[in-house]
Amino acid sequence: MFPTPIAKLSRRTQTAYKLTLWVSLAVWLLPLLAVAMTSIRTLEDIAAGNYWGWPGGFNLIENYTEVFTRSAMGRFMVNSVMITLPTVLGTLILATMSGFALAQYKLPGYVLGLFLALPVLMFVNAVGLGAVNVILAVLVLAFIALAMWRLRVRGEIALFAMFIAGNFIPFQILMIPVRELTRDLGMYDTIWGLVMFHVAFQTGFATLFMRNFIKGLPQELIEAARVEGANEFQIFWNVVVPLVRPAIAAMAVLIFTFIWNDYFWALVLVQSEQAMPITAGLQALKGQWVASWQLISAGAIVAALPPVAMFFLMQKHFIAGLTLGATKG
Amino acid sequence: MPITKTADRWRPGTGTTALRDDLTGSNATRQRVTWFTRNQMRIAPAVFLLPAMLLFAVYVIYPILQSFWVSFHEWDGLTPDMEFVGLGNYMELFGFDWELLGILVDDGESYWRALVESANDQDFWRAIINNVFWLTLFMLAPVFGLAIALFLNQTVFGIRLIKSLFFFPFVISQVVVGLVFSWFYDPANGLLNAIFGSFGVPQFSILSSESAVTFGIIAAGLWPQTAYCMILYLTGLNNINAEQIEAARIDGAKGWSLLSNVILPQLRPATFLAVVITVIGALRSFDLVAIMTAGGPFGSSTVLAFKMYEEALFNYRQGYGAAVAVVLFLIMSVYIAFFLTRMVRQER
Repeated sequence: MFPTPIAKLSRRTQTAYKLTLWVSLAVWLLPLLAVAMTSIRTLEDIAAGNYWGWPGGFNLIENYTEVFTRSAMGRFMVNSVMITLPTVLGTLILATMSGFALAQYKLPGYVLGLFLALPVLMFVNAVGLGAVNVILAVLVLAFIALAMWRLRVRGEIALFAMFIAGNFIPFQILMIPVRELTRDLGMYDTIWGLVMFHVAFQTGFATLFMRNFIKGLPQELIEAARVEGANEFQIFWNVVVPLVRPAIAAMAVLIFTFIWNDYFWALVLVQSEQAMPITAGLQALKGQWVASWQLISAGAIVAALPPVAMFFLMQKHFIAGLTLGATKG
Repeated sequence: MPITKTADRWRPGTGTTALRDDLTGSNATRQRVTWFTRNQMRIAPAVFLLPAMLLFAVYVIYPILQSFWVSFHEWDGLTPDMEFVGLGNYMELFGFDWELLGILVDDGESYWRALVESANDQDFWRAIINNVFWLTLFMLAPVFGLAIALFLNQTVFGIRLIKSLFFFPFVISQVVVGLVFSWFYDPANGLLNAIFGSFGVPQFSILSSESAVTFGIIAAGLWPQTAYCMILYLTGLNNINAEQIEAARIDGAKGWSLLSNVILPQLRPATFLAVVITVIGALRSFDLVAIMTAGGPFGSSTVLAFKMYEEALFNYRQGYGAAVAVVLFLIMSVYIAFFLTRMVRQER
């Protein structure tokens, strides 16, 4: 173990270490502690500028009730739940399937060309469906397919790389077209517009995770099922899905946190209170409650609570998900 | 290439015997040979991949192509008419001017001076410079993260709880982090000024100072980022080969030399991941800027991600915004390519 275990050192060092531990924790969380404290302060405290001292009185229930009664916070909270849960569910279903496929099957390189056909043709359609454009697009796709095939790039690796790359791109490059797309689908300013986008985007990350997890499963189990005569869908449902439960749990908490905390897409795809999630809602309330720091703080705590609770309940899975790749590779 | 070879590649490594059994009907369960059983090795991957690929194609790949296209246009985003302007948006971004090209032919040095002076979009350059600040200073997150991880890697009472509490800032929303820090920096009531004040430093508003604002936001961003790196390193430290450490200790290595010669090499995967995620986080920085300053004062804390959003949705210049997004995308592509090559090499 590194550094040297503290138990091997002198008694005095041990006490000093424990003390430093708690003090540094308090310093590290100081901004957060202050917010928690402020959220229960009285109006008099705020007016007197007593932000950092001991509260003059405790207004826990009053302040938090006020947050919910004086604003649309309840609505925002419900919206956030309604956005987050379907996203988690949808992503998990799609990513378990695609992760399984990418881990189990060998695909020819030209599937990348097939995969790109849809977006490229959509693009051609948006630019103008002239004969020249269509021919050009088909040529480009054929070239990609041919190159992948000749270079013996394995199709499943190419697709996997695509999903990974998609994870890291800046959101801004997607912003304008996704906004248009959502509008065209009639989902602008609705919960479903956000859900659709989030599922599509998170599937990239979740596929990466699931594929690696399934790749690590003992191959004999799957082979045994095949010999028994199970078809591929039975193998997926009866063999793989029960085995990937830990990965599903890890993904679920991670995606829950990511989506709950999303702010950018809430700004871009939603406008009105009826679909706004809590992050964007909180920022909007900050403008309304200019000096009512006790309310803003209480709102912040309310917004932070669900992911924090999720983290504490599923800590092991959460960390397993986040540190994927931190130990090998 | 012979056809059989391609056909083989569709089948899983050792699954061909099962398939042959199916085809000949010699399987114990005696499945009927149907079109489905014969072709399931082709159907299954397609069915499993199709929904994810469909969504990904429509919501990720297509928008990237479309953004490039939009960046060659002048478009307010309200009406359907887009005016094609070629590289016009990019020329505006980088302050390119045909007249300047004449100067370049005469004298290269004065060209650059004229270019910088004529750049009509100072905010864009400000954003680039700020992104460089973000990138550089965010590299402190892996360093701090490692330091905290080393500090916490002990077994004392309550350490698990302490580790999770240290991780807290990463779990909460950036909106909350932004709120907490804007308040922390508040000149009238903020804790920072209260602390400085007790040392006799005069009141100072970080978020309204053009020179300090970016650093104030980066410090806020480092808080959750460090927590994340810390978790990566804690996991890494947990998986270190204990025998190697003992062997090195017997050889007399300790402290710094043990860390740099034995521990750090073993933490390489964690470091790689921490750096990649931190770089991406630095380039993606949007939430904190939007919440704490909205790019202000006078555009001094803007970054590419925020600049793009502002141009496209507030100034109704979608084409120009798309051009900023493309620049950001190209910068990011360098890092993505680096990461992907490493990953693909690992697969071989």
